[in-house]
Amino acid sequence: MSNFSATEPSSRQKWVAGTLVILYAVITMLPLLWIIATGFKSPSDSIAYPPKVMFEPTLEGYVNLFTTRTRATPEILEKLGEPATWYDRIVRQYNMVISGPSRYLERFFNSVIIGFGSTFFAIVLGTLAAYAFSRFKVPLKDDLLFFILSTRMMPPIAVAIPIFLMFRQLGLNDTHAGMILLYTAINLSLAVWLIHGFIDEIPIEYEEAALVDGYTRFQAFYKVVLPQASTGIASTAIFCLIFAWNEYALAVLLTSGTAQTAPPFIPTIIGVGGQDWPAVAAGATIFLMPVMIFTVLLRKHLLRGITFGAVRK
Amino acid sequence: MAQIRIENVRKDFGAFNAVSSSTFTIEDGEFFMLLGPSGCGKTTTLRMMAGLELPTSGEIYIDGKEVGMKPASQRDIAFVFQMFALYPHMNVGKNISYPLLSQGMPKPAVRKKVAEVAEILGISDILKKPVGGLSGGDRQRVALGRAIVRDPKAFFMDEPLGALDAEFREHMSEELRGLHDRMNATTVYVTHDQLEAMQMGDKIVVMNHGVIEQFGVPQEIYDWPASKFVAKFIGSPPMNFLEFDGAVDINADSVTLGESKFKIPQMLEGAKGQLSVGVRPEHVHFNDESKYRGTVTAIEYLGTTQIITLSTFNGDIKARISSSRAVSLKENVGLDFDHRTLTVFENERGKALLSRANQGVLNGG
Repeated sequence: MSNFSATEPSSRQKWVAGTLVILYAVITMLPLLWIIATGFKSPSDSIAYPPKVMFEPTLEGYVNLFTTRTRATPEILEKLGEPATWYDRIVRQYNMVISGPSRYLERFFNSVIIGFGSTFFAIVLGTLAAYAFSRFKVPLKDDLLFFILSTRMMPPIAVAIPIFLMFRQLGLNDTHAGMILLYTAINLSLAVWLIHGFIDEIPIEYEEAALVDGYTRFQAFYKVVLPQASTGIASTAIFCLIFAWNEYALAVLLTSGTAQTAPPFIPTIIGVGGQDWPAVAAGATIFLMPVMIFTVLLRKHLLRGITFGAVRK
Repeated sequence: MAQIRIENVRKDFGAFNAVSSSTFTIEDGEFFMLLGPSGCGKTTTLRMMAGLELPTSGEIYIDGKEVGMKPASQRDIAFVFQMFALYPHMNVGKNISYPLLSQGMPKPAVRKKVAEVAEILGISDILKKPVGGLSGGDRQRVALGRAIVRDPKAFFMDEPLGALDAEFREHMSEELRGLHDRMNATTVYVTHDQLEAMQMGDKIVVMNHGVIEQFGVPQEIYDWPASKFVAKFIGSPPMNFLEFDGAVDINADSVTLGESKFKIPQMLEGAKGQLSVGVRPEHVHFNDESKYRGTVTAIEYLGTTQIITLSTFNGDIKARISSSRAVSLKENVGLDFDHRTLTVFENERGKALLSRANQGVLNGG
């Protein structure tokens, strides 16, 4: 029996395959959908037993996520009069008043700066290094490439303590620069290897043609190689961003305030005296969005990146 | 357009010597062929002229200026690659205009020039198309367009017809030659196909193992090869060698093969030891009166001519004779050679010995 069939699969085969794919998609999507749904539940609905699938949606979770609130006495509430806005009204139900914004937005933007910043540096440095490895006679090329790969052979968390000590010495603890540096370093090996493969696939004649057409090597790289490697670079960027965006362990260890990213912050929302699951779910939902949008925008490239090497052009 | 001079150019890749000490001159407006088997250094030589490879030593002059160490972008030349190397992310028009944009030519002038070139090559109708879907011939034309659009000092072509199928090749080689004649541009063309070189070239350089074996116009090289390598590489079937152990003296005008004496052009150089007489298949004649005999071992019919393989006292040879002569296998025939065309080779170095007939060619080149 061959693994490939040259004939069109029968409609029954297609039906079975389609069902399996949908089933798999549902199973993998279910936790995600549950989180998104929880974000719109009231706290009591979110911990109801048996779990509620149908519920009355509310924005309580989101209000709680973005604000800090204090309990107010009936006299104070009386004095304040009618709530001025819809979110004030939600908070008043619990005899509370909004005392200010929460730190979520700050943490979220920390994630954006650190995630996209480290991705940017990993891609820029990775592309340049990959180009050099692919096109120039680099002494000990294979050994260097292996060395670069070897930095990925252990989980980054294994070196957390030395990194922590180094960062403390250098004053990089809880700084944006420190986290960008760290994630760039971790992602760089992946970037070099993936992009190296993509650039290797581009025939060197294109650049040589540009060289004789009167362009400098950098122009040839910029105008001829980059556009053609864009697919590979884009998919590599997605991989780098996903790692930097989701990284939790090192962020917990190395950040506490100024540079804290969203992943270590979200669990702290749970709060004291009552677990505010809707707020946590709302935080997680918003946290998912950037990577999801980024991935959807670049999905064509991503597909090509994942199947890279499997199919020859 | 320009004259190109190569002086003592050498190229080493690590311990490997790709080109050793080449010297030759390509005159202004010449269609010049670099011919040789694969790995002989012809492409490396071309790439050094273009600036895609830097010579280990030696000088390269384009239009009187030494450019050996200059990058390709400063040499003002155009290169046509075997796989064409059209920029896949641009359409046909953009590909052709790309060299002009690097010079900072204003947009309207670029458009005009591209339209002009497209007209010459007959590709005006595909300017807006992406290069991905083009046929081999159109790709070739676009690559040529990109080369000629800039009016460079010289065109360098690295087996530009190698990627085309046989039928189309012929057509394209005519087109190429026609284009050259119209533009009168200095063209250096690399090929391993001796037929292509003979058909298209004004001059040919034959290379082997990084060494220039011979340099000259196609007919001189065909008639008076400087070495056994050239004699074998050029011509199909190649030159025959009648091997013998003996000596030729200066001023000798005959050699003895078996029991027969053959006239040869008067020798200007003597040698002894393992020698051979070179004779082109079309200069082998059947002559029943000749004492020198051969036995027919194979017959190839080619239409108006036929190639007869004969076994002789001095080894197998091939004769190209008219198809009107009936020949049968195992037939024993008398053989005669056109004595004016014979070349004597000395086997150890593989060099042709100077005679009155080939001295003009061998000393001149």
